Amino acid sequence: MDYFAQQLINGLVLGSIYGLIAIGYTMVYGIVGMINFAHGDVFMIGGFIALISFLVLVSVGLTAVPVILLIVLLVSMAITALYGWTIERIAYRPLRHSFRLAPMLSAIGMSFVLTNFSQVSQGARVKPVPPIITGGYTLHEGDGGFVVQLSNIQIVVVITTIVLLGLFTWLVSRTRLGRDMRACEQDQTMAALLGVDVDRTISMTFVIGAALAAVAGMMYLLYYGLVDFFMGFVAGIKAFTAAVLGGIGSLPGAMLGGLAIGLIETFWSAYFSVEYKDVAAFSILIVVLIFLPTGLLGRPEVEKV
Amino acid sequence: MSASPPPSSPVSPDGAEPVGAAFILRKAVLSALVALGLFSLMVGVRTEAGQSGQLEYWTRFGELASLVGAVFVGSIAVELLRLWLGPRGGLGSFVPSSVQNGLSAAGRYVAPALLIFTFLVPVIFYNQRYILDLGILVLTYVMLGWGLNVVVGLAGLLDLGYVAFYAVGAYSYGLLSTTFGLSFWICLPLAGILAAFWGVLLGFPVLRLRGDYLAIVTLAFGEIIRLVLINWQDVTGGPNGISGIPRPTLFGIPLAPGEGGLAAMLGIPFSPTHRIVFLFYLILALALLTNWVTIRLRRLPIGRAWEALREDEVACRALGINITTTKLTAFATGAMFGGFAGAFFATRQGFISPESFTFQESALVLAIVVLGGMGSQLGVALAALAMIGGFELFRSLEVYRMLVFGLAMVLVMIWRPRGIVGHRAPTVFLEKSKSISSDLVKEGHG
Amino acid sequence: MSSAPILALENLTMRFGGIVAVNALSFTAQRQQITALIGPNGAGKTTVFNCITGFYKPTSGVIRLTHDDGAQFEMQKLKDFNISKQAKVARTFQNIRLFPGMTALENLMVAQHNALMRASGLTLIGLLGLPSWRAAEQSAIDNAVFWLKRVGLIDRADDAAGNLAYGDQRRLEIARAMCTGPALLCLDEPAAGLNARESAALSELLLSIRSDHATSILLIEHDMSVVMEISDRVVVMDYGVKIAEGTPREIRDDPKVIAAYLGTDEEEAAAVMEAEA
Repeated sequence: MDYFAQQLINGLVLGSIYGLIAIGYTMVYGIVGMINFAHGDVFMIGGFIALISFLVLVSVGLTAVPVILLIVLLVSMAITALYGWTIERIAYRPLRHSFRLAPMLSAIGMSFVLTNFSQVSQGARVKPVPPIITGGYTLHEGDGGFVVQLSNIQIVVVITTIVLLGLFTWLVSRTRLGRDMRACEQDQTMAALLGVDVDRTISMTFVIGAALAAVAGMMYLLYYGLVDFFMGFVAGIKAFTAAVLGGIGSLPGAMLGGLAIGLIETFWSAYFSVEYKDVAAFSILIVVLIFLPTGLLGRPEVEKV
Repeated sequence: MSASPPPSSPVSPDGAEPVGAAFILRKAVLSALVALGLFSLMVGVRTEAGQSGQLEYWTRFGELASLVGAVFVGSIAVELLRLWLGPRGGLGSFVPSSVQNGLSAAGRYVAPALLIFTFLVPVIFYNQRYILDLGILVLTYVMLGWGLNVVVGLAGLLDLGYVAFYAVGAYSYGLLSTTFGLSFWICLPLAGILAAFWGVLLGFPVLRLRGDYLAIVTLAFGEIIRLVLINWQDVTGGPNGISGIPRPTLFGIPLAPGEGGLAAMLGIPFSPTHRIVFLFYLILALALLTNWVTIRLRRLPIGRAWEALREDEVACRALGINITTTKLTAFATGAMFGGFAGAFFATRQGFISPESFTFQESALVLAIVVLGGMGSQLGVALAALAMIGGFELFRSLEVYRMLVFGLAMVLVMIWRPRGIVGHRAPTVFLEKSKSISSDLVKEGHG
Repeated sequence: MSSAPILALENLTMRFGGIVAVNALSFTAQRQQITALIGPNGAGKTTVFNCITGFYKPTSGVIRLTHDDGAQFEMQKLKDFNISKQAKVARTFQNIRLFPGMTALENLMVAQHNALMRASGLTLIGLLGLPSWRAAEQSAIDNAVFWLKRVGLIDRADDAAGNLAYGDQRRLEIARAMCTGPALLCLDEPAAGLNARESAALSELLLSIRSDHATSILLIEHDMSVVMEISDRVVVMDYGVKIAEGTPREIRDDPKVIAAYLGTDEEEAAAVMEAEA
């Protein structure tokens, strides 16, 4: 039971990170109907920027951890958002009304660019950082000596995720921008006729998605204590799987899918085998889609005849 | 921006602002600022784990400045180019329509010329091992492209895990030959059949899926196969792969030095090039088989049903076409060709490992199909030549190679979103075969 | 020849969630007749069509089809593609659904898929190019040519279907449906968007399909001049139920029908009046 509780905590933390990335996929899909294959790499860039800005801040003599973390968070969100904006501008906007596979391949190309850009600019080796947020709480000490722990970093990840989700939900449901986004999702031509700046709204979608990915990247850095240029691929595929599992286009679905993938992975590793955790996640995706072809919370496609 | 631009000044592609020196300059400054933001930390600061494992960093402001400067100059160049190309602008108009028409007219001669040239490659470049190897590589991708074209180009089903079938083919031959000692010529059809079987296996769950759901499931399938190959060490050898896979024989006659070898039988001195040339013609034959079968299938009801499925699934059902079997046959046929190519890959390398079957391979083959112009056999061949050949050209760029390759992929898509060959050839005609503009051709829903 | 009606609907009901689109509808379509299904917009006509042609599974009820030789099919039990393949029901769509990137001829070849599939020995014989396949392919082309001539599109045989004019596309869709060799042809608003001359040509074509090709027709149509001119029998629907049934003349004078149209759509009611005059 204790072991189970511990895995549940670990799974939820991992799931939160996946969920944050998955939102970026689902938002872009909802509004422009394309798979942003470069999004995993945007997450990786976010991790790198967090790492670099952290190093710089520490070396200039800042010591207050909360202040450092806040600045790192803001810097990595801002710069990564700029990456999101630029990618959309260069690789996707010219193909907006083109046929469907072209932007997808452009995105795959962009993903290669980002992966190799960071390999070239920061080197191929894994970049470790010492634990920044340490300590934690012992929730329960079992008879067999097994201890259920909740570390501070886990609390930070989950709370950050919840706060961001709240902010994000408010943004989509209550603000002008959110309304514009929902309008563009329904019908871009009509939205444009009614005075919505479609280009700007789509740009903002990429900006927000990238900013959330940056947060995920920073959380990943804090939680695992390392980044490398290739981490975007695997995390990206997992998050995309999460988005599809939840029902692509659905924001709560993305979070739910993220949590599901995080939990599946953690529990599978804990009870069966670490090697096959990804196989388990992908297999469950396939099984779910057989029975729910549009994911857990996706809108069923109505075929008009 | 001058307050009143001269009336003769051309209009920018957006039609919003007149293009002038000030406009170009402003745009360049903006681009440079964005570049500064993007590269500030990623290029300006270099991190590395030091001796003690502690992370260190040093600054590279010189590189940063030159990169930002390059973006500034590049932006001006792009704007001037646009101005020079006229208000229609955009990369799309790079190829004038007259060239376009000329291309399609020349297309009739391109294919035979290309084929004759390919046949002569081993003769012309007999002593250039590098070119022969490259030729084999290109032909392998041509074959993979033609195989995937059945699924993506004809049936309109998006498959992001095609490499899985390539892997199944390669491992089938690798395992069958090393464990049971079966020869290449027995394993080749078996590899195709096994891959087709896996194609059907993948096909079943994805029958009801559309679009991006289909894309992720095929991608997941490809990853599952790769992960199983890595982790099922007892059978697949895990990350170390399988080595010592037998080389192909000319129907039983080994291409080896010494007694009983082909060279000895023909009474000519042995040369390792013989095997390379043999491999070249082997993959050429396999690729041509793929091409021939695909061309035949397109003219048969099953091939027409694939294309009809891509055009309109609902109408297909109303015409009594069984969607399930139609989709499954498309998956199986494409997978089978992938399996053949995989078996060839294994015999050529003599060694296989999961590293050769990553998502990047799937993406590359898909890029070849899309760049070729979905459904066009000639286009796929040209695209494979351009992509693999181009990739080789970038070899001198070393670490920057994939970076440039990715950028090229983006630019090519923007330049020609519908591929090199932008039309579809009808499968049957009464009076005259008129090629159909790809603007009319649907791309499928899956 | 069987004496049973070609198509009989018994208590067909179709619900979408809480909405009842079709409610306990029963009617028959007689062999080698043109039966028109009319009614105001939203009356549930297309839903009936989609149930008959297998795109929807009805909530309850029976749709029975009887071939000339007496073979019977219950459509609600058939798989969608078997409705065309076995029961020989062909249809057209309200929003034309051709294969736009294929030529007119290719469209008609796709329609003969099942026959050609058999002839090609599930592809194997065809792949080898055996003579029996070639003969079958030639006869399929001949059949396509016949229908292209019949609908006046023989000159456009090698043009992409997506490039044809609207009226041509409508006729090509009918030709495509006929190439499946149907016992029952279901047409969903074939005259929509056609001008007067094209409508007249369409009427002539449908009458000829009925008489010369022994095909029964079920027709949804808003163009009352077409309905009144060619229908042998008319079924009127409103709010998912049948409100009248009879010959065109009977329907024209039925006050319930006029009220249904006047109550919902004046333009169409006017069309009814006009046809009456």
